[in-house]
Amino acid sequence: MLPAVDLFEYQGKQFFRSYGMPVSDGDVAFSVDEAVAAAERLGTPVMVKAQVHTGGRGKAGGVKFAASVDDVRTHASNILGLDINGHVVRRLWIEKASDIAEEYYASFTLDRSAKKHLGMLSAEGGVEIETVAAENPDAISKVLVDPAEGLTEAAARAWVEGANLNPVATDQAVDILRKLYVAYVEGDADLVEINPLILTPDNRVHVLDAKVTLDANAVFRHEDYAQYDETQPRDEREEAAHAKGLQYVGLAGSVGVIANGAGLAMSTVDVVNQVGGKPANFLDIGGGANAQVMANALEVINNDPDVRAIFINIFGGITRGEEVANGIIGALDAVDIEAPIVLRLDGTNAAEGREILAPHLNEKLVMEPTMLDAARRAVAMAAA
Amino acid sequence: MSIFVNKDTKVVYQGLTGSQGRYYGMLNRDYGTDVVAGTNPRKAGTDVEGVPVFANCTEAVAATGANASCIFIPAPGVFDAVMDAAEAGIEFVACITEGVPAHDEARFFNMLKRDYPGVRLLGPNCPGIITPGECNIGITAGHIAKPGGPVGIVSRSGTLTYQALYELQQKDIGVTTCVGIGGDPVPGTSFIDCLEAFEADPDTKAVMMIGEIGGSAEEEAAEFIKHHMSKPVSSYIAGVTAPPGKKMGHAGAIVSGGKGTAAAKMDALRDAGVRVGLNPTEAGELMAEIVAEL
Repeated sequence: MLPAVDLFEYQGKQFFRSYGMPVSDGDVAFSVDEAVAAAERLGTPVMVKAQVHTGGRGKAGGVKFAASVDDVRTHASNILGLDINGHVVRRLWIEKASDIAEEYYASFTLDRSAKKHLGMLSAEGGVEIETVAAENPDAISKVLVDPAEGLTEAAARAWVEGANLNPVATDQAVDILRKLYVAYVEGDADLVEINPLILTPDNRVHVLDAKVTLDANAVFRHEDYAQYDETQPRDEREEAAHAKGLQYVGLAGSVGVIANGAGLAMSTVDVVNQVGGKPANFLDIGGGANAQVMANALEVINNDPDVRAIFINIFGGITRGEEVANGIIGALDAVDIEAPIVLRLDGTNAAEGREILAPHLNEKLVMEPTMLDAARRAVAMAAA
Repeated sequence: MSIFVNKDTKVVYQGLTGSQGRYYGMLNRDYGTDVVAGTNPRKAGTDVEGVPVFANCTEAVAATGANASCIFIPAPGVFDAVMDAAEAGIEFVACITEGVPAHDEARFFNMLKRDYPGVRLLGPNCPGIITPGECNIGITAGHIAKPGGPVGIVSRSGTLTYQALYELQQKDIGVTTCVGIGGDPVPGTSFIDCLEAFEADPDTKAVMMIGEIGGSAEEEAAEFIKHHMSKPVSSYIAGVTAPPGKKMGHAGAIVSGGKGTAAAKMDALRDAGVRVGLNPTEAGELMAEIVAEL
């Protein structure tokens, strides 16, 4: 399974615009000159906004009002290259500034307990919704939508009326939130969030920010989502693993971990920690792992200079033991693996797999009977 | 005894003609599962190693009396496959396929609840279900499960389901039924559904529950155990050392904002009287202690 896809604000706004929601006109800029050109096209005043996959941009100085083109030049040069919670700003969104009378919050996501869609709307927007939820939960109006039924006009109206927005905003809010629901469902999003949704002094309801997380499992029916894949934040190791279609998360240790299945991979990370080691990564080679997948996984781990030992933990259900064995042998032929490998192999055709591997065992490829034994051995080897 | 499936369960494989469907359908048949039919609208009238293939589940049920289905259809076709099984009157649907869009899952879950309340869906993205010695539906390696009882297993993770079965087999402990509910955001069958069924099953004397970080299903299960279960439970939660905010493969397995952490889940389970192990082996050892005390 692929991870979810986070959109930048500007991508989220383009996504919302395609569903008929009112967003500000703007341009993406990768340099100060591009930011200035955008401001000249749009006409000042504009907002200069850092595009990063993290919250707290405003506090970090990543969102600035620019009254003039000179201001745009100053702010753009300050914001580009800024580090916001470990995310370095590489691109800006320059958009027409809006006058704000009131700020609201709106979102749709899945309520996993209720197994229904949850809409949240609050007249207290512009701040973190977690803070509102903790300090003043009554300020959040909620609606549970049955995914088999959808959001009716009447339910949307009752939801909006429960949020105590300015009454002049009601009709427009109902319209925008119904479109937001359509974007959430038809766009296959895990999360759509507008914070703030604003009311302008001339009584227009307008989308001023956009946070969208798409479900990567639905890419098959949205060919255009491939464009978002390129803008996901990944470290070098994660990028290499992603290019090979592997489920990889970089960690900061010395024991490389390869396992089949997310649960077993997480459990392997746990066990390495519990026996006193530090995992270098989480890597799930998934269900139908064959020789090529195993070779790819070993190659990714091998390129991590911090890895001192590799723990391969396979329990065959959908993955067969002989495939795992052939994969390891094939990978050892193809790649010069530097760190020693500790293997634990059980499940479907494990005996056949072990037999295939037996003649290849040496000080750099050892087998252990249990997960705990294998973890201890790998941790000892990484420390040696 | 067992829960959900037994020796009388007749299974139709939706996607039997595909490589995965054929491989596991035949493995399941070799195990002893009553594999009565397959479906594929383009290959109706053919057969897979003697198993007749029908255009849809309604025809398969009419001809063979199938009362369960196992879905190996690729993710884009899963929504239609689930509804096809429900329309045919099939009572138990195990969906093995991974990568099903979350909105499809939410929609067919609620459509089944509304229009076909008698249908139990297991999964998607799950290893299936095995009542050892009687019926194996899905991708579990049957030989790692010792038939009989007294333990029931319910797990959110595929490979950890096998690990749990294996730990018990190593200790010569039998299993009534082992259910892999899957790690997706909207599982058709929940921990609580399985705990309730195990509590009602006279042959199941204790339950092993394998959870994961993310969501609140384990906390809800703990609440159920505390108030409604008389049988002892051992548990393990994967992802004890997972860093927050990192997505660990499953859609389900993500820790955000301090919610859904392994620590919170383990505390809730301990508070409900569950014996919690720090790894699958320890959970197996705790279950061996429970079985010795029965």
